[in-house]
Amino acid sequence: MQWINTLVQGILLGGLYALYGTGLSLIFGVMRIVNLAHGDFIMLGAFMSLLVTSMLGLPPLISIAIVVPVMFLLGFLLQRGILNQTIGKGLMPPLVITFGLSIIVQNVLQMGFSADSQGLDAGALETASIPINDQISIGIMPLITFIVAVAVLAGLQLFFNRTKVGQAFRATSDDPETAELMGINSRQIYALAMGISFAIVALAGILLGIRTNFAPTDGPARLIFAFEAVIIGGLGSLWGTLAGGIILGLSQNIGAQINPTWFQLAGHIVTLIVLAVRPTGLFARTRDS
Amino acid sequence: MSEKELIIKGLTRRQFLALSGATGAAALLAACGAGGGSGRTLKVGLVAPITGPLAAFGEADEFILGQVREIFSEGIDIGGTIFPIEIIAKDAESDPNRAAQVAQDLILEDEVDLIMVHSTPEINNPVSAQCEANGMPYISTDAPWQPWYFRDDLPSPEAGYSWGYHYFWGLEDVIRVFLELWDEVPNNKTVGALWPNDGDGLAWASPQGFPPALEAAGYTVVDPGRYENLKDDFSAEISLFKEQGVEIVTGVMIPPDMGTFLTQASQQGFNPKFFTVGKAALFPTTIETLPDGLGEGITTEVWWTPTHPFVSSLTGQSAAELGAAYTEATGKQWTQPIGFVHGLFEILADALARVSDVDSPEAIRDAIKATNLDTIVGNINWSTGPVPNVSKTPLAGGQWQAGSDYPFEMVVATNTSGVDIPITGSIEEKSW
Repeated sequence: MQWINTLVQGILLGGLYALYGTGLSLIFGVMRIVNLAHGDFIMLGAFMSLLVTSMLGLPPLISIAIVVPVMFLLGFLLQRGILNQTIGKGLMPPLVITFGLSIIVQNVLQMGFSADSQGLDAGALETASIPINDQISIGIMPLITFIVAVAVLAGLQLFFNRTKVGQAFRATSDDPETAELMGINSRQIYALAMGISFAIVALAGILLGIRTNFAPTDGPARLIFAFEAVIIGGLGSLWGTLAGGIILGLSQNIGAQINPTWFQLAGHIVTLIVLAVRPTGLFARTRDS
Repeated sequence: MSEKELIIKGLTRRQFLALSGATGAAALLAACGAGGGSGRTLKVGLVAPITGPLAAFGEADEFILGQVREIFSEGIDIGGTIFPIEIIAKDAESDPNRAAQVAQDLILEDEVDLIMVHSTPEINNPVSAQCEANGMPYISTDAPWQPWYFRDDLPSPEAGYSWGYHYFWGLEDVIRVFLELWDEVPNNKTVGALWPNDGDGLAWASPQGFPPALEAAGYTVVDPGRYENLKDDFSAEISLFKEQGVEIVTGVMIPPDMGTFLTQASQQGFNPKFFTVGKAALFPTTIETLPDGLGEGITTEVWWTPTHPFVSSLTGQSAAELGAAYTEATGKQWTQPIGFVHGLFEILADALARVSDVDSPEAIRDAIKATNLDTIVGNINWSTGPVPNVSKTPLAGGQWQAGSDYPFEMVVATNTSGVDIPITGSIEEKSW
């Protein structure tokens, strides 16, 4: 029975990791950029929600309505203003720029909010749970997080398959030159992709902030789980990211059930095994070269 | 035989370094030249975590520095000569490597006369090691004394260090305090431990730390093992604690992990009677940010509060006045490091006034060593410590309770430290 609880909690944790990873996977899939500031943007989303909730007195879940569009715009402008300048100049320039952004975001957050750890107050919702039996109970917030992750991925799936812009995304991802010949403005597509990535990151940040405390310098520690979810699931694959997140969450929880010190270790080992056996990830769809 | 050899080697090495330190100071003196009527400017380095994950420990520094720079603005009287004082504060950025680097800069580039360092072994230890290697007198605080004292560069436990002096409490005190807290409410004496894989966690979980002491006191310890900081899920620990019937949870956690654990424990129906942790429960802002009032009732060790019966030798302020001045200047609730950072400057002023020769690092070191001063954190005297180089400050037990001026206020509930720290309330029972 304890093992069932382990599996349930692991799967729910996977939802959070999938949310971390989706934005990362999306922009890599579309423009082959590795965003090293991804974890810090998760924190930015959380702090932005903190600002909105404390200024307007809104509950954190409602702050999504403000924070997600603002973050979308921020991502859009970041790509248009800065990162688009680096397109076609190799892997290094965006890597260096996002590394710098990571440091800037951490320090700006620290200047604005001090180094104190903060939390988003969602009241009783935070600790509410559905008891299944003595051993198993499902926390409402982890459940909401998981549902949000699935909804985000389903939404992206529909967006890519059913809309013109979505098709333009896929075309740009497959072959930017040919896509441009067909009249697609790839720079605009890149900016939109970064905007969407930021919107998802904002969701992840808010849900993380409700789940636990956060501080300006926590970003890099979150980034590694985002990377691992993406690596396990396969670069550029949306549902793969969910699968990757779940596999990561499960392996961490199963590892911890055997020996609590193996929590992170088990996740890292599974990631390494996947890298060794299938370097493109389990469900990779994009191919380089 | 080999051990003996090592000690002899160590001695020659230290003597050599002391010698080179003295030569450096002599060169510095020559470079400065003889001044006018008053003495040369004495430079004091201060290393602390001002930014980064440990920044909450350094948050009071700006306020304290403002206070002491004003006091020191007229210089300090040493043997009838007035010496101007310059305090050079450096940010360790919560990073051990950075801490060592800024200590080196202070020693080699700024050519300071002594260094003060505070908060956590991650900052104190690398700075202390640099000072020892360079023959630089230094004062250290805000970290339990064992992780500071038992460093790799300790020549021998009996001899201690040549240049540095540390004041704080030790593991034996925090163990005593936690045990006396748990005596306040009847429980089944089963303790679940959350000790992470970092400097503090390893020291607390070591054979010199909690496990043997708790077992000796009749407690059963359920220790799932060292976990990595910033963990998103504590289900395994929670199910183990539930299975073993744990009623007391203890540890030395960072704030995000405390939040994750408490939230998940509550979701999964684990309701201990005590949640007693070090580090994360230190700062009121952390307690406030815990969801759904989970922070109320958390118990922790208390090193300093405005109700402590001490007076600053530097400003004449009582602990209450110092706390109030901080709140007035910053608009923030008082925190425990305020007293200890202020204490550094009390010791500095007292020691410098007694220095026989400001150009001799040995003389500065000897003046620090001879300190016997009643400070805002209690009496500091390095001749009465448990080991050379360490002076202990009293430790009491406290609980975060709903407050009147702030959402949560620290109540001092137990005190067997031997020093008369007023009890300001009693433990409120709670089930999480």
